[in-house]
Amino acid sequence: MAKVLLRDLNKKFDATHVVKDVNLEIHDHEFVVLVGPSGCGKTTTLRMVAGLEDITSGEISIDGRVVNDLAPMDRDIAMVFQNYALYPHMSVYQNMSFGLRMRKFEKPEIDKRVREAAEILGIQPLLERRPRQLSGGQRQRVALGRAIVRNPRVFLFDEPLSNLDAALRVQMRVELKRLHDRLETTAIYVTHDQVEAMTLGDRVVVMKDGVIQQQGAPLELYERPANRFVAGFIGSPAMNFVGVTLEWTDHALWARAPGVRVQVPAHKAEVLRQHSGKRVTLGVRPEALRIANGAEAPGSTFEATVDVVEPLGSEILLNVRAGESAIVARVDPATRVNPHESVRLAFDPAKVHFFDAATEASL
Amino acid sequence: MIEGARWKKWIWFYMPLGAFIVGLLFPFYWMVITTLRPDGELYRPWNHPQYSPFWTWNPTLDHVKSLLQETLFNQWMWNTMLIAMVATLISLFCGVIAGYALARLRFRWAGLLGTAIFVTYLVPQTLLFIPLAEIIRDYRIGDTPWALILTYPTFLIPFCTWLMMGYFKAIPKELEECARIDGAARWQAMVYIILPIAVPGILSAGIFAFTLSWNEFIYALVFLSSPEQKTVPVGVTSELIRGDVFFWGSLMAGALIGSIPVAIVYSFFVEHYVAGMTGSVKG
Repeated sequence: MAKVLLRDLNKKFDATHVVKDVNLEIHDHEFVVLVGPSGCGKTTTLRMVAGLEDITSGEISIDGRVVNDLAPMDRDIAMVFQNYALYPHMSVYQNMSFGLRMRKFEKPEIDKRVREAAEILGIQPLLERRPRQLSGGQRQRVALGRAIVRNPRVFLFDEPLSNLDAALRVQMRVELKRLHDRLETTAIYVTHDQVEAMTLGDRVVVMKDGVIQQQGAPLELYERPANRFVAGFIGSPAMNFVGVTLEWTDHALWARAPGVRVQVPAHKAEVLRQHSGKRVTLGVRPEALRIANGAEAPGSTFEATVDVVEPLGSEILLNVRAGESAIVARVDPATRVNPHESVRLAFDPAKVHFFDAATEASL
Repeated sequence: MIEGARWKKWIWFYMPLGAFIVGLLFPFYWMVITTLRPDGELYRPWNHPQYSPFWTWNPTLDHVKSLLQETLFNQWMWNTMLIAMVATLISLFCGVIAGYALARLRFRWAGLLGTAIFVTYLVPQTLLFIPLAEIIRDYRIGDTPWALILTYPTFLIPFCTWLMMGYFKAIPKELEECARIDGAARWQAMVYIILPIAVPGILSAGIFAFTLSWNEFIYALVFLSSPEQKTVPVGVTSELIRGDVFFWGSLMAGALIGSIPVAIVYSFFVEHYVAGMTGSVKG
């Protein structure tokens, strides 16, 4: 039960600056996910919180106490590693009780806690086994169990699900969420998988090149991305980006790209009018596109040629070309189109994003 | 077709394997047969009508008896055992600690230091014994077991350090990090987590170090002089070759009995030893 505060956190490995001025406040009971591509500094940030990496500058405090110079063992945290890091020469029981034994807990108390944790995770029958006799999912549970027996103030997760196969990952994701609801311990979770980030996090922090790009509730990031990177990173399939030129004609603002001309929705037009004549990036999510039915306003549709059709059952992904741009649309599964056919796509004007071509910030 | 395959397997697999085994085991066979052969047969010239170098019809234990009764062989065995064990333990202790430090601790010059240690291993003993002899003399430990117990680590420690360094590097560092978060100090993480996992590596290093000390010749030859201080390799060759007279039977008996402890050590730890050489840690 703790609040974690990162202030102006920096980390340099020799000449490489991997974490840059990170400021983050993690509230009590909160589940915060750090997400970003590999090398974005998320794991290094987590390791600094754990005390496994020195802090170049800045401050980390847990419950108001600065922990910069505290050894990992004195921070009262627990960490789950990507490769589980189970001690191969110990049984599951010994693995789970190691932390308590190191902290000189009484035997009955250790036994009670290990059995409780084993029950929560459904691994009671495995307590006498060695890690090598367990499946991936079971190892993952043991690693979780080892963390929860300690009843730490903060849980740290370093890509704990990425070594599992797809089906198991989905299952463990749900279990993790249930576990957090039950234990209510503050948690920091690192992943490169935006689906994990969106489903698990109370708050998601998107990082790139050592800098926090945006933080907020999952849907907030999805609906109001702060810049082009976040817009492209959150959501699957990724948002479509088209470089357009803005023009003010006929009392309306138009976005033009070769072969495409659409009207900028009124609520955006006011802000964007000052960019008239300049190049900006238009972003629209595949799920904001659909096949036009003829009832749309003239400026919210465009012509495209179907390139590839990917029927997924619950939906169809259409890879189309509009002028020079490749665009993905997520359309109704009942749609019947074939490659090389021409289709007219409509977009939801409320769900169009514009980004500055140079700074990539949302406009 | 199957007949052909079997024929090929004989040519390409069993016959080379057989030749290999014969080549490897022949010296041991030769030691055994020479040990058991009476002197009369041993010194029979090649053109004698009953010359049969590979077999004897009159086995005898005379050579073994003379080795055990007329020389200080038992004393040599004891000396060798003591020196090899103590030198191995010292080297293993230093090698494990140094190997851990070089593999895990991040400090300046760690890489350079590792290379430097390896280079010392490459300095030939035939060169190093000259300065070492000076030191042995200055400290007045010549002709005592200490002369070898303290000089063998000069090549055993670099060897153990390198072997252990490689082994420690193969152990995922997350195990240790996890232990440190779990509440173990650095030394506790090493003692409770890393060392138990590294047991196969430690055993391999120990077996190698023990064998190297057991067989070592030049230091033992130079630093020891009285017969009762000698080790098996030096004792056997210096006491059983007198001038140009070779007591072949007793020499071979000494070599044979002297190789038994090493063989026992190997066979006892062979499983761990192989695991150590392949160096895998399965999580």
